[in-house]
Amino acid sequence: MKLSEKAEEILETLWVEVEEEGAGFVDLEKLRSSSDDPVYRELNELALIEVRDGRVYLRPEGKVEGRKIVRRFRLSERLMMDVFNIRGEQAKEKACQFEHLLNEGVDTKVCTMLNHPETCPHGKRIPPGECCLEAKRSGDLGVLPLTELKPGDEGEIAYIQTEDDKKMQKLMAMGVLPGNRIRLSQAFPSYVFKVGYSEFAIDTNMAREIFVRK
Amino acid sequence: MAFFKKKPSCHQYPMDASGGSCKKVALVGNPNVGKSVLFNALTGAYVTVSNYPGTSVEVSRGSANIGGRQCQIIDTPGMYALLPITEEERVAREILLNESPDLVVHVLDARNLERMLAMTLQLIEAGLPVILVVNIMDEAEQMGLSIDLPLLQEKLGIPVIGAAVAKKRGLPELKEAISAFDKGKHAVFGYSRRLETDIEEVTLLLRGNYNLSRKALALLLLQRDEEVAGMVRETEGDGYAEVEARVREKIFARRDSFHLDLSMERKGLVKGLMAEVFTAPPQTRVSFGERLSRWAVRPLTGVPLLLLVLYFGLYRFVGGFGAGTMVDFLEGTLFEAHFNPWITGVVKAIIPWAILQELFVGEYGVITLGLRYAVGIILPIVATFFLFFSVLEDSGYFPRLALLVDRLFKYIGLTGRAVIPMVLGFGCDTMATMVTRTLETVRERIIATLLLALAIPCSAQLGVIMALLSKFPGSLLTWFVCLLFIFLVIGFLAARIMPGEAPMFYMELPPMRLPQLANVFTKTYSRMQWYLLEILPIFILASILLWLGKITSFFEKMIEWMTPVMASLGLPRETAMAFIFGFFRRDYGAAGLYDLQTKGILNARQITVAALTLTLFIPCIAQFLIMKKERGMKVAASIGLFVSFLAFGSGWMLNQFLLMTGIL
Repeated sequence: MKLSEKAEEILETLWVEVEEEGAGFVDLEKLRSSSDDPVYRELNELALIEVRDGRVYLRPEGKVEGRKIVRRFRLSERLMMDVFNIRGEQAKEKACQFEHLLNEGVDTKVCTMLNHPETCPHGKRIPPGECCLEAKRSGDLGVLPLTELKPGDEGEIAYIQTEDDKKMQKLMAMGVLPGNRIRLSQAFPSYVFKVGYSEFAIDTNMAREIFVRK
Repeated sequence: MAFFKKKPSCHQYPMDASGGSCKKVALVGNPNVGKSVLFNALTGAYVTVSNYPGTSVEVSRGSANIGGRQCQIIDTPGMYALLPITEEERVAREILLNESPDLVVHVLDARNLERMLAMTLQLIEAGLPVILVVNIMDEAEQMGLSIDLPLLQEKLGIPVIGAAVAKKRGLPELKEAISAFDKGKHAVFGYSRRLETDIEEVTLLLRGNYNLSRKALALLLLQRDEEVAGMVRETEGDGYAEVEARVREKIFARRDSFHLDLSMERKGLVKGLMAEVFTAPPQTRVSFGERLSRWAVRPLTGVPLLLLVLYFGLYRFVGGFGAGTMVDFLEGTLFEAHFNPWITGVVKAIIPWAILQELFVGEYGVITLGLRYAVGIILPIVATFFLFFSVLEDSGYFPRLALLVDRLFKYIGLTGRAVIPMVLGFGCDTMATMVTRTLETVRERIIATLLLALAIPCSAQLGVIMALLSKFPGSLLTWFVCLLFIFLVIGFLAARIMPGEAPMFYMELPPMRLPQLANVFTKTYSRMQWYLLEILPIFILASILLWLGKITSFFEKMIEWMTPVMASLGLPRETAMAFIFGFFRRDYGAAGLYDLQTKGILNARQITVAALTLTLFIPCIAQFLIMKKERGMKVAASIGLFVSFLAFGSGWMLNQFLLMTGIL
């Protein structure tokens, strides 16, 4: 089922209003379009929505589709912020354009790459997909920043992600190199960890940049 | 913290008995692996050694006779790799780059062989004449680690010596290796084909003569080392443009992960070296040191532990024993009751002129005031403080304290790393200002210098003020709260106002050890010696100036001038004297206050105001000179001015507040 961009946006708004805000329907005026817009015929024919007396209702099939669309939008928001480092209004705008590309399995890839995030950058829940449930079932935590480890946890350093060259070199000099075993012994007030037989302490900002595979 | 050292250079020993020329031996290695201990063992000189990474901030030089040949030994600050990041590392590499040592002794920690061998590879690769010292073998053996040194030697192709330098183990073997060293024998390590090709393309363009191998230079250029780039630019002249273009092209091609790739390749090489050389037991037991270490770093146990350390170490030992018992004995019994009356008699018998008598034994006499203050009051306090500090330093407690307070220190623009200068400041602010050099950014250094100058009272001053205020618990509390408040507010504001990058905190935690008594005493002694050499002349000079001021009645005039200032603080005019003393040294000023209080001139409110103003007041002359040396005249002068205004401003406000509320 391939929807037009406009149809996807309407479904998204509807889903958020109905599923998250608890509304029963959405007024047509609120969607800022008239009822003779062809998009409604498209959605109606696919049995996703129902328009009655100037009110738009979400059908059960529409709920399933809307959920997927919201998921794609929030995933692309995460992608914009976490990976491309685009923020603010621009991030939202780009995410809006990007979400339409995330179908046919691309969303699964992005979701896995982002390590199955649970919330969007604004703190709203990202509806979990099949891949998230699968990851949860198999207990695969993927790659986590050191800050997410619990004291006593051990893992292998996967990579270091920093824009600061000096920081990178300092960490590497301390033996924080991909492939080395790392054991976190304390997370507050500073992160204390062991690599080999040496013990180190670093602050949160540095710990955030070390990624560990458990 | 190498405050003083012998510096015999090669020029002093141009020839030795056997007729050969003087050999230059540089000691290099990671921080805290025992380079300074080795330096002391080889030369018999003394540089400060501690269980705290980065204690040697300066290069020390000494001479040693090894196998009948005179050698110059150079102790360098710790470095992690050939590519420097911090100032100390730059200083250390400077030696390798520009001094062409005849021998480079790489000292590393046996327990961390894998991590530290990467630098051995870099040194060998740079074509330097390297001897490897695998130090701290004793602790490694205790942990059950076993290291096949002959095999490692075979693999590296350079002399490898197992040692426990602190216990003098391995020294004869090292000396033997130094005198028998044969250059030109070492293994060659190859990187992946891609990296080797990249390196070769650069080395083929290099034509000049360098102290490091071209391969090492090419790698440093590819790692964007600006210092090396500058050196190559100078040496290559016109050819540099081509080198630069090629390097830039390579850097761009591998921009994603060059540093990481290189580290990973080196790690691979080290893995190959470690195979069959290093065997570790499956499970190491938890030693008492490790357990203590855990207590020290957890907030729940670490904070009580810190309070215990402060209570017993600072309050009971330094405050109670040093500033109480010992001062009472030295100052009260020895000086006041016996020495001063006796010397006064002697001087009066020898010198007939009253004015000259005054110079030595008068109210501000060099002996009766200067020497009495220095030896009777300051010495015992400072001695006990340095002893306490050295024990803590060698136990490895400070890095743990650093990580405990890092979060708090971030609010005042510093990192946990600043804990050493801050704690040392309670001993001597001048020394502490020197140690701010170990902080990473200029911003941190300036903030730390400011806070030391302003709100950290040194031990001598602290001791006297404690003694002064102990009779008025309310005053002591007010003084303490004001000082803490000013420390935090000024730190907080400085962190917001000062431009510059936010600091990052990382620190290696050396194992906790039982401090070795001999080392603790030597260190305390060397610090004391430095301290006394620094303060005694100032005390004597101050006495002379005060005497001059008195006989020319200039001093009276100064008190006259300062009377309105004193009056605005609600203080009697006699206090001006303490402030004039304070200009020479803050503790001197506090001691002056102590005298006034014993005479019963000041009430509780006045004492509190005077103590606070004096604590905040300009640091002593010595500290100001060091500030100027370390931070430059502009920064030093601004800090000096700011501190003076803030001191009197705070004194005035406190006085008004106390008058208004009438709590004291």
